[in-house]
Amino acid sequence: MSSKHTLSVLVENKPGILARIAALFSRRGFNIDSLAVGVTEHPDISRITIVVNVIEALPLEQVTKQLNKLVNVLKIVELEPGSAVQRELVLVKVRADNETRSQIVEIVQLFRAKTVDVSPEAVTIEATGGSDKLEAMLKMLEPFGIKELVQSGTIAIGRGARSITDRSLRALDRSA
Amino acid sequence: MPMTEQATGAHHPQPRPRSGGQQSAPEHVTGAQSLIRSLEEVGAETVFGIPGGAILPAYDPLMDSKRVRHVLVRHEQGAGHAATGYAQATGRVGVCMATSGPGATNLVTPIADAHMDSVPLVAITGQVASKAIGTDAFQEADIVGITMPITKHNFLVTKAEDIPRTIAEAFHIASTGRPGPVLVDIAKDALQAQTTFQWPPVQDLPGYRPVTKPHAKQIREAAKLITQAKRPVLYVGGGVLKANATAELKVLAELTGAPVTTTLMALGAFPDSHPLHVGMPGMHGAVTAVTALQKADLIVALGARFDDRVTGKLDSFAPYAKIVHADIDPAEIGKNRAADVPIVGDAREVIADLIQAVQKEHGEGHAGDYSAWWNDLNRWRETYPLGYDQPDNGSLSPQQVIERIGQLAPEGTIFAAGVGQHQMWAAHFIQYEKPATWLNSGGAGTMGYAVPAAMGAKAGQPDRAVWAIDGDGCFQMTNQELTTCALNNIPIKVAIINNGALGMVRQWQTLFYNQRYSNTVLHSGPEADGKQPSAGTRVPDFVKLSEAMGCHAIRCESPDDLDKVIEEANSINDRPVVVDFIVHEDAMVWPMVAAGTSNDEIMAARDVRPDFGDNEDD
Repeated sequence: MSSKHTLSVLVENKPGILARIAALFSRRGFNIDSLAVGVTEHPDISRITIVVNVIEALPLEQVTKQLNKLVNVLKIVELEPGSAVQRELVLVKVRADNETRSQIVEIVQLFRAKTVDVSPEAVTIEATGGSDKLEAMLKMLEPFGIKELVQSGTIAIGRGARSITDRSLRALDRSA
Repeated sequence: MPMTEQATGAHHPQPRPRSGGQQSAPEHVTGAQSLIRSLEEVGAETVFGIPGGAILPAYDPLMDSKRVRHVLVRHEQGAGHAATGYAQATGRVGVCMATSGPGATNLVTPIADAHMDSVPLVAITGQVASKAIGTDAFQEADIVGITMPITKHNFLVTKAEDIPRTIAEAFHIASTGRPGPVLVDIAKDALQAQTTFQWPPVQDLPGYRPVTKPHAKQIREAAKLITQAKRPVLYVGGGVLKANATAELKVLAELTGAPVTTTLMALGAFPDSHPLHVGMPGMHGAVTAVTALQKADLIVALGARFDDRVTGKLDSFAPYAKIVHADIDPAEIGKNRAADVPIVGDAREVIADLIQAVQKEHGEGHAGDYSAWWNDLNRWRETYPLGYDQPDNGSLSPQQVIERIGQLAPEGTIFAAGVGQHQMWAAHFIQYEKPATWLNSGGAGTMGYAVPAAMGAKAGQPDRAVWAIDGDGCFQMTNQELTTCALNNIPIKVAIINNGALGMVRQWQTLFYNQRYSNTVLHSGPEADGKQPSAGTRVPDFVKLSEAMGCHAIRCESPDDLDKVIEEANSINDRPVVVDFIVHEDAMVWPMVAAGTSNDEIMAARDVRPDFGDNEDD
């Protein structure tokens, strides 16, 4: 039995923090499905979104407790699919000639994606969405021939007015 | 029962993460000077280390320091274990120092060791100049990357102005919460640069907030379970020693009347001689302790982590027990065994609160009745005491050697063991009555720990006798620190339990590998198959080797000389003493639970499975 969980991890923006987190996952035998790192509204805080694939023997609780022990980790929040917006970005280069191009563009429109580059043999498509939507789009594009695919990790944010960074920012300001 | 004044559970004076007090006037110094000033201010009175290129700037001001004593070791591993022994014997943070590259990587084993046993340690390493980092410069190693998984935290410092804050943070992290090793890697140019020094620095650790105060509701729940249980066990781990909670533990044990088992890391946390003490649990634990956990209906784990050497096969461990698990590290709770009542907190505060909660339960007329349980426990204790046979051929029994060393040692002696058979015998046959009298490498199982750890303990506790109980295998890994001891007035005593073999591995070969002694024979050459009887390791000649290192050395081969030799060793205090005890090679450690089996399968001795009159009607 395995299940996927999306964790938002607020960390101090210090050298080596990504290595610390990646090494923790590998040495404790936790599986990362995707990982995305970026800045936040506060320059000293980075936000790492991790989709973790949890097996029964190593429950999510162990993952979050071990993450919490890292000194540079400020806060961990699990974002439930129902109460959070989750997005991935893909850039995909699809084989296209004069016959197929219009069919591909139709698929792009159906999925509210964008064509970002066109050449006589290929089109490059940019799409964002949840992993289900992107998977469905890629399935539709597959028959045309996918020449190259690049995909970002999932990023996620909770719905509603509350912000998970509020309190962490205050802690950081106090210590500064 | 009134609590003793010692055991009022007064909260620890926790160093404040952020200091609001007055800072000292700024001093204009080099980074190296600010490092030494910082070490002085955090109270690091003894540092074990070896200089080298990258750390060289730090050694110059160190020479002038009146408050920091540096002990020049012979190998960086010795510095690390010495700092660990110092920390375990004194309760203070141990400090070791090394240069970049190989100097730093030689610290890896003791850092990993301290990490496994939660020892407060600060390792300071020199790093190549910040501009050269990443260029494969001479003696460059990414020690921060290497030690990431084996430290509680580590730092790379490339600016002189960051040194005081980093040192303060390192000591704070190492010594608070669940203690552990912290490495501070300092680039050479940061040590050389000009800066200003002010103390105390403002610490900046917004993500580090260890919880020490236990949750009141969980404490009440635990107290209720304790008074309702019929077969409780207090399972005490090293956290109780680290939290200085032994006085509270005694009060709690006597208040409840529950049996106490102390793990390998907790020997001395509860007096061995106390009637409520049922021994050490685990793979080589006392039959009574192992069985008590297996049959218990409640286990109260205090600063213990359900290590595999304690639980044996996890899914058959303590099948009837509810678990109260108190630990300062939330990640330990539920890691190996699910807890019915999880309590996050410092062991001293937890136990102090438990005492009050149990007293309240008693006040309401709910006291536990464990008399039937004690009937069982006492029967097991009488039937299966720890013991050993004397060899038929008149040679020395290793267990007897260790037992006599324990009995003849002066009050307050600290014992440090290596890893293997002699370690288990030292755990079994020496009586530990007080905290900080037993040092060993529990989690990592580091052979070669004993001599340098004993050195560190003696450096921190010069007025107490320190005996290293070592094996002939272990001794050959780190004995060079005896030179350090001889030259620095650190007169430790070393007992080499010399059976001519890697004894514990040999024991497994005897039991599980058809007596095929592959590469465990130390007493003769490479063709040795173990069939030729051992008269102990004679190459090297440990007596001559020890004498060459400035020690007083004695050999003992007969039981008739045993007491005389030990007394001679105890009487010499102006230099290190080494006694080479030539012991019988076939002695084995019992009881034993074979690896991967259930603790129900404990063997009291070879081919002897205890009869518990098992009626599994629970």
